[in-house]
Amino acid sequence: MCGIAGIIYRDGSQHPIGDEMTRMLQSMKHRGPDSTGYALYGTPANGDLVMRFKLADANTPRDYEYAGRLRRHRSEVENRLVALGARLHEVEEETPYAFRVSFDFDGELKLLADLVENIPDAEVLSLGSSLEIVKDLGDAESVHDQYGLADFTGTHGIGHVRMATESEVDIAGAHPYWAYPYSDVAVVHNGQLTNYFYWKRRLERAGRRFMSECDSEIIAVYLAEEMSKGATLEEAMHSSLDELDGVFTYIAVTKDELGVAKDELAAKPLVLYESPELVAIASEEIAIRQLFDREIETYDPYEREVLVWQR
Amino acid sequence: MAAVGERQITYDARGLAEPFAEAPRNAVIDADGVATFDAKALTTRTINLELRRLLYEEGVKEVVVLNPQARHSLGVGILTRCKITFEGSLGYFGCGIIDGPEIHVKGRVGWSACENMMSGVVVVDSNAGSLTGAAMRGGDLLVKGRVGARTGVDQKGGTIIVCGDAGSMNAFMMQRGHQIILGNVGPGLGDSMYDGTIYVGGTVKSLGIDCIPGEWTDADTEFVERKFSIYGLGSPPKLQKFVCGKMLYNYDSLEPAERKLVI
Repeated sequence: MCGIAGIIYRDGSQHPIGDEMTRMLQSMKHRGPDSTGYALYGTPANGDLVMRFKLADANTPRDYEYAGRLRRHRSEVENRLVALGARLHEVEEETPYAFRVSFDFDGELKLLADLVENIPDAEVLSLGSSLEIVKDLGDAESVHDQYGLADFTGTHGIGHVRMATESEVDIAGAHPYWAYPYSDVAVVHNGQLTNYFYWKRRLERAGRRFMSECDSEIIAVYLAEEMSKGATLEEAMHSSLDELDGVFTYIAVTKDELGVAKDELAAKPLVLYESPELVAIASEEIAIRQLFDREIETYDPYEREVLVWQR
Repeated sequence: MAAVGERQITYDARGLAEPFAEAPRNAVIDADGVATFDAKALTTRTINLELRRLLYEEGVKEVVVLNPQARHSLGVGILTRCKITFEGSLGYFGCGIIDGPEIHVKGRVGWSACENMMSGVVVVDSNAGSLTGAAMRGGDLLVKGRVGARTGVDQKGGTIIVCGDAGSMNAFMMQRGHQIILGNVGPGLGDSMYDGTIYVGGTVKSLGIDCIPGEWTDADTEFVERKFSIYGLGSPPKLQKFVCGKMLYNYDSLEPAERKLVI
């Protein structure tokens, strides 16, 4: 079933979106208790780049070698970043297997991501100057506490609660997806894509990598591919309506934009609240109501609608 | 504002929420016999329990629910004549399977509002989600805003009136009853409908399979004017009428082998 949510402050002001998104996602826990994910746009100190990566999945068996392997792989990541010319500022261990590293780097980000992912079991969850993707098993509150999102402030963000239907319950299968190798783009999706293998083969031939068996990853990579050819987010989302088959409502975010697209059957729900200050969208109104203590005017967008807001 | 994790809900082995919950008895009944209670701190189950206690045990005929806060499944399965006012929006499955009540929602409803409604009246002041009035069998449903997709899917009776626009696949597989949509309608209107009548005030993006324009009669004028006067909607605008073409009806057609014999 899955639940999706998004919020963007139009004037670009800073808000506690970590907390706000948690309230929205927790109220939709019944739509997906398997895993919870966030893509949040903050402002890292002095223009740093931020990379979030994991070196094992949450349910990887804890064998005898587990801790030692994580330690070795972590120092290997750091070594490779330094060897590539990145100046590391801070490496935070959020959980034993998930890390956040802030650094300065002038080179090509795709190369950097490829080098990190070349390490066994490593996956770059997000990479960019403001995007941070946090995802793990469990409901919104446990992920919020585990990753210390209480003090995360930013301008916009999206989130997802997952009920796994097409692939495994693990972090690799959890949303949001980073649009590798396009920095600062992420997607959450509610629905099923039926031409998954067609697009997976096509995009793999074009040099994109897939870290999961989850159909939703296609959307992120598809948008990245279109945008790397020069399309804007809105144009890429419009063409996705014809190119992707199945039922979907998805939210895509970039550094300054938040967009939503619905398939031609309008099969998956979406409720929209729009005001001069902010736009909030979610699968259910009950999630948007977590942000307001009063009655609000909301509506459901129609089929084949693509809506994009800037901050 | 509700803090994270403020409401702790328990489930039994079957997955039923709050199996041992009891009505909170927080309603105040005034001199006119109108009961009012605040749903803000209550869970979905306790709101419905309180509603049922007032209607069935106390015999109250009019209830006002404050702060429904877009919670799902409120006011479902009410099988008695009464008046209910929700001072706010409802979530999914609001007012489903009702038989008798007059309900006024002073806000919005989510998906599948008034699903399988048997009789009574529901007035929604704002917009509605998709699948509004799905499988409805009787009564009147008035939405003053716009509705999502598949309004009145499988409708088997009653009247759905929408003052705004409607989405795609409206009246899909409609079997009986009426729809009056004053705004524009999305693609696939009346797809695979069996019977029933759809009136549209705005433009129709496309008609579904076997949905055709119908001939306007005096009975249509009388029906629309009556509904408009009941709900104080003024004088009706010019409407187009759509009915089933009955070309998908295959009950009387011959089997291929039989057809050969006839020819």
